[in-house]
Amino acid sequence: MAHDPYPARPGLWGWINRRLPVDAFMRSQVTEYYAPRNFNFWYFFGSLALLVLVMQLVTGIFLAMFYKVGENNSFDSVEFIMREVNFGWLLRYLHSTGASAFFLVIYLHMFRGIMYGSYKSPRELLWLFGMIIYLALMAEAFMGYVLPWGNMSFWAATVIINLFGAIPVIGSTLVEWIRGDYGIADATLNRFFSLHVVALPLLLLLLVALHLVALHEVGSNNPDGVEIKARKNANGIPLDGIPFHPYYTVKDLFGTGVFLTLFSIVVFFVPTFGDLFLEKANFEPANPLSTPDPISPSWYFTPYYAILRSFPDKGAGAVAMLIAVSAFFFLPWLDRSPVKSVRYRGWIYKTFLTLFVLSFVGLMYLGLQPAQGIYVMLSRICCVPYFAFFILMPFYSRWDPVKPVPDRVTSHA
Amino acid sequence: MRNCAACLLALLGLAALPLAAGAAEEQKPAEQQPLAWESWRADNSVSDIASLQRGARNFLNYCNGCHAIKYMRYQRMADDLKIPTSVLEKDLVAPGRNPLDYITTSMPAADALNWFGKVPPDLSLITRSKGTDYVYRLFKTFYVDPASPTGTNNLAYPSTAMPAVLSDLSGVNEAVFKQTKDGGKEFDHFEPLVAGSMTAAQYDQFVRDTVNFLDYVGEPAQLERQFIGIWVVLFLVLLTWLSMLLKNEYWKDLH
Repeated sequence: MAHDPYPARPGLWGWINRRLPVDAFMRSQVTEYYAPRNFNFWYFFGSLALLVLVMQLVTGIFLAMFYKVGENNSFDSVEFIMREVNFGWLLRYLHSTGASAFFLVIYLHMFRGIMYGSYKSPRELLWLFGMIIYLALMAEAFMGYVLPWGNMSFWAATVIINLFGAIPVIGSTLVEWIRGDYGIADATLNRFFSLHVVALPLLLLLLVALHLVALHEVGSNNPDGVEIKARKNANGIPLDGIPFHPYYTVKDLFGTGVFLTLFSIVVFFVPTFGDLFLEKANFEPANPLSTPDPISPSWYFTPYYAILRSFPDKGAGAVAMLIAVSAFFFLPWLDRSPVKSVRYRGWIYKTFLTLFVLSFVGLMYLGLQPAQGIYVMLSRICCVPYFAFFILMPFYSRWDPVKPVPDRVTSHA
Repeated sequence: MRNCAACLLALLGLAALPLAAGAAEEQKPAEQQPLAWESWRADNSVSDIASLQRGARNFLNYCNGCHAIKYMRYQRMADDLKIPTSVLEKDLVAPGRNPLDYITTSMPAADALNWFGKVPPDLSLITRSKGTDYVYRLFKTFYVDPASPTGTNNLAYPSTAMPAVLSDLSGVNEAVFKQTKDGGKEFDHFEPLVAGSMTAAQYDQFVRDTVNFLDYVGEPAQLERQFIGIWVVLFLVLLTWLSMLLKNEYWKDLH
């Protein structure tokens, strides 16, 4: 019998390990989990998303100790946190900046996945879990935005919930059921608090766990789109793989440092980020009689908001918005290219991808502008490359003149 | 790694943009006369404690009769603005109030509604919801308007129910309008009707101090926030540098 590389440990640690596979788990998932050696800048955002999630949970727990839910209490209690709770202002700014940072990190993470074809076989489920996380995160952020009960909270909730009214037949009943009242009111605020602090965080944690299990089952993609498991040495270790710990733990530690430095600059010096992270209108209490002008959602929703407003008909706009969000789910099956990474794709795919990114950023900007004149026209123009990227993908990804993919990763380590 | 460092640098640049924009705006010279009133800037600084103290005095003497700052306690204000307890209790706390009380107004809301048609708003967050420049312009653009119930009107807040309560200090202005091409009227300039007790420069300082105080009231933590922030960022830069050295130490074996 061959020499056992992992002899049973004596003492308490051994006692625990005979009952709970701590060591075995750490080996299979961390110290002997092999990741491609050629991860670049774009591979920081997965670990950063996890960091922001934990930060939101921790700051959220402390905020909930002082926050009081209720249409007569919420706004005052947020100001109480800002003024009278020790370092309450820090908790609140960490949480509000964290929401924006979460979306920034997630958008870069998604772009990485698209750019390197990480959704392609065998990672379709991994991608789908990620997309459900994205949807859950949107719901979580939207409901969290309502909780301070500022005027923009109130009117953003009004606009977004009224979108469900576009559904034929059941629309108006559904809107009433969601709100729990004939308008956005105390009942709405209370249920959003419950969903924001209990239901959606639980769902997010479950989804993140599934996302990570699926990731460790199939292994990470990489900037070359080469399957490292295809070439292993005599011990069954991928030739282009390196143990996640210590190599990527120390690398992610560095990424965490850079991220936290930039994050702290925002939190301590520009927490409102020029009206983008905390809007002026939300420093006025909710007022059903006074509409902020213009009503705009947070910056991370504005691409879809711009698409919604591009259509003269509310129903058509809502359908277009739904398609714009859900199109990401179908990427694994829309993409017919034989290669994964943009590095080995041809000019057709690169053109479509570039136009898609430009239109996404353009729509993000346009959604923050008033819905009139040139802005609506530009939004309509941006819709064309946005939807073309998905709808035409089955065709252009097949016609695209691809380059030969190497057998091994082109290492930059 | 070099590629990665370039991307990080680009990100850093992005994050610094609003900071740089803020700095560039602050550096603008405060020449107000040739500028249209819409572009006047408060140019206040919450790190100027003397200005904040004067602003607190101005607010409590001139504004607090009608306007509350209900999230602010007298004692917190005194602690932050280094106002001695003796001065606080003798001159600033309203009669019958305790230093630990919130700074509310003594005017009953029902009377206010009766007198002005509207309850004067709480000003705790006015600089956060409308901006410091707005409040500054409001104080500087009252003019005589016989058609208005108060006898005055305002450029920054047209048809405001607020009377020109500072006209003793600022003097009274008449607004001269010019005809526009489409038949409407457009503000041209102010003509002084009655001189106030203050010179233009003194009144400007009075307004700036008051706006500065309201800026502080909007977010009392900002005095502390930036001070702590410098140390947090310096610590994180050091930590990031060390983690980069650690990363390089591990990764050098891979070649």
